[in-house]
Amino acid sequence: MRCDFANSLLQGYFDRELSAASAAEFERHLQYCVHCPVELVDMDLLSERLQLAQLYEAAPASLRRKIRADLQPVAPTTAMSQPLLWHWLAAAALLLLVIAGWRVSPSLRTDDYQAELAEEIVEAHVHSLQPGHLTSISSNDEKDVKGWFRGKLTFVLPVLDFANDGFALQGGRLDVVQERSVAVLVYAGPKHLVNAFMWPTGERDASPRAGSWQGYQWIDWRQGKIEFCVVSDAPTADLQQLQRLFTRQSHK
Amino acid sequence: MNDLDAEERLRFEQLVLPHIDAAFNLARWLLRRREDAEEVAQEALLRACRFFRGFHGGDARAWLLQIVRNTCYSWLEKNRPRELMVEFDEELHPRPIATPESIAIADEDRERLSRALESLPPRFREILVLRELEGCSYKEIAAITSIPIGTVMSSLSRARRQLCSALTSSCHKEASREV
Repeated sequence: MRCDFANSLLQGYFDRELSAASAAEFERHLQYCVHCPVELVDMDLLSERLQLAQLYEAAPASLRRKIRADLQPVAPTTAMSQPLLWHWLAAAALLLLVIAGWRVSPSLRTDDYQAELAEEIVEAHVHSLQPGHLTSISSNDEKDVKGWFRGKLTFVLPVLDFANDGFALQGGRLDVVQERSVAVLVYAGPKHLVNAFMWPTGERDASPRAGSWQGYQWIDWRQGKIEFCVVSDAPTADLQQLQRLFTRQSHK
Repeated sequence: MNDLDAEERLRFEQLVLPHIDAAFNLARWLLRRREDAEEVAQEALLRACRFFRGFHGGDARAWLLQIVRNTCYSWLEKNRPRELMVEFDEELHPRPIATPESIAIADEDRERLSRALESLPPRFREILVLRELEGCSYKEIAAITSIPIGTVMSSLSRARRQLCSALTSSCHKEASREV
């Protein structure tokens, strides 16, 4: 048995879509209806469950890249002009260099990888600054944040609050970088928000490398089978300080 | 591909591009596969760009989602017409899932909810995604799906009940309450 209002007013009331007058009237109905209050609770439970499960799926970085590429103005299709020809020659020369370099030193490939990785991490950082995307657990308590990550990761995440050194822990979330799930800790730096991305790696420790992309700075390093990448629009010096705090803490 | 001048392109980037997540999320739940969603969302964005001159202010998210939705349905008609006909997909009806113990309970519930949501007919799926995940108002839902506001309420009601029953299909106690 369902109440006659179940398909209409009950939904509007639950979704706060009724006018104040209609809502008040419906509340009077709720006082004697035996079905509607139960359904209200059911809807609330369902809604809460959907929220907790975090079913929302954000656009992958590859889609953003494709769309941005689509939006690039089309180059005029006139005969190949002089500067364009030089561009082609330069590109061909670069390609040769890359191929040659590839054979000699594998580190060039790492540069490519590093650039792509940084690009994706900057995008994830920018995306996280949109309302509601920054943290899934919002807390400055190391224990709370660590607890939230429990069962979600395959490595031991160093959850550290550096409030005394100018980087106050804001919380954490899971994010996706290069099609794998990564842990992110969020810090409020001296002037800027910083995202610290961490994921397990099989590679050897590596000292910090810094770079910037589209006005955002990043520092990436590997330590104890974890790769770290901190990113922000803060000056690189600030990021370096955070990187040192992490490194010092892990040495203890 | 786009005939927008620099100024229009900037406006497009400011108004429409912030809703790429919304576009992808709706496509993902309507098409169920991330790869298809990525392809169709890109196509929808291209369409939006092409017809951007016809957009005269207003709710850019609702405008974009309308285009995403229509692009999804036309894609489904072409590629998986059967899905648009079934009222409730038996094949997709959630079965109990065997999960390795390592998967946290939260992930397990997420998996169960995903499957239940995916088993609903597209029309119910989209209305739940728009309301519960995207947080759209009834007015926005009506604009996106081209149905009257009154119908939004009754569709939501049916969609919520179907989702509940898909979630509890194995549980007798809950099933008996559905009579």
